Amino acid sequence: MTITDTTRVATRILRFDRVQRAAHWANAALFGVLMFTAIPLYFGSLFGVVLARHVVEMIHLWSGLALPLPIIVSLLGPWGRQMRRDVRRINYWTRYEIHWLRTLGKSRLEADKFNPGQKLNAIFIGAAIIVMLATGAMLQWFRFFPVPWRQGATFVHDTFSYVIFAVVIGHVFMALTHPGSLRSMFTGWVSEKWAATQAAGWLKEKRLAEDSPDVRCTPRGDRR
Amino acid sequence: MAPLTHEATESEPVKRTAVGRRTILGLSALGALGIAFGSSVQNFFGSAFGSGLGGLLPGGDRFRIYSITGTYPKIADRDYRLKVSGLVERPKTFTLADLKALPVTSFTKPFQCVTGWRVPNVAWEGVRLSDILDTVGVRPEAVALTFESYDRLDTESLTIDQAHLPDVIVAYRMLGAPVTTEHGGPVRLYVAQMFGYKSLKWLSAIRVVNAVRAGFWEQNGYPVNGWLDGSTGPTNPDPRLD
Repeated sequence: MTITDTTRVATRILRFDRVQRAAHWANAALFGVLMFTAIPLYFGSLFGVVLARHVVEMIHLWSGLALPLPIIVSLLGPWGRQMRRDVRRINYWTRYEIHWLRTLGKSRLEADKFNPGQKLNAIFIGAAIIVMLATGAMLQWFRFFPVPWRQGATFVHDTFSYVIFAVVIGHVFMALTHPGSLRSMFTGWVSEKWAATQAAGWLKEKRLAEDSPDVRCTPRGDRR
Repeated sequence: MAPLTHEATESEPVKRTAVGRRTILGLSALGALGIAFGSSVQNFFGSAFGSGLGGLLPGGDRFRIYSITGTYPKIADRDYRLKVSGLVERPKTFTLADLKALPVTSFTKPFQCVTGWRVPNVAWEGVRLSDILDTVGVRPEAVALTFESYDRLDTESLTIDQAHLPDVIVAYRMLGAPVTTEHGGPVRLYVAQMFGYKSLKWLSAIRVVNAVRAGFWEQNGYPVNGWLDGSTGPTNPDPRLD
């Protein structure tokens, strides 16, 4: 098989490598546990007797402390090349992307590997981890902080958790209504057709880089 | 090395903005501002518009229900007893009706947890602790009080002087209704000038003793004298009165 356009049949492209998928699902699991345990902790009086509230608290605390680990571990280390590249992608925006977001997706855009909405989701989750970890730590080790700060930290922790619930529910909704994208978070791969419609700019970039064998992957090749 | 980064594959340079970094820094700064000024904002809304609108802000006007044992002791009103004993002239066990027969004290004051959350404008009603102490007659050698809870685990302490503060009450009404089970009903302590952990729930017994004995939370590192302004001496020269 030669690497030419005519042989590109049923080509698939690697969107997420193993490290990224592991990081995503570990992060998702921690968010899930934190959100699930947050409900009885916050609405305790509605739930009546929450048996073993202390256990729920401990699960929430330890999951919270572990929260930055998936991202840190996947970014640092020799296995994190793809992860680091995608962080750069998510960080840097062209003016077309900013415009796309300002017009709520109405302007035409050859999307990058992640569209601006997906980038914003990732960025928000990054910020949320920092803010929730900082305020959560203040609530746990409150003795080191003046009382108004504790109250402020409670306020921020609660406010952010409202937004997190909204963003995560939106994220899950988008995943469930976009099976091609969702599948790539399980298997790593997207079809070229998916890329052409969902990430045209990224596909173009891949084709430009086609000379290099390790960016073009066929079902047999399975290289990244 | 494959030129995979977005920048490297562009045929001509495109100006890019670090939206991610800016957003994360911005949201973190917002979080820091919220920590620094969130309490002022909440207090402003709470005092300016009453607890109703203050309660719309996340974290405001909301009790977090804590229980040491993981369950709430359920005590029927007719079974409720408050045993007052120790260094007193006339030890007495009060029923709920006995407590209600004593002079009623009511006021609206906030509930402030040591961990940071705060509920403004809570309506309290009950008997001044000093009225109960007058009923039983405190002996001169008494120094402090020990409080016990129906949960059989929580204990608290106050000095005799603290117990005589006019806003220390044995409360049987809270938030305009009988004190609910999760709030420590039918009868709980409320120490207005100290953090919430001093306001023991499901009050079952008061013993008048000759020395301060650290309660449950104090044995776990909380100050024995948990004044709201952060001072930890037995007396508070400048109490924060809300």
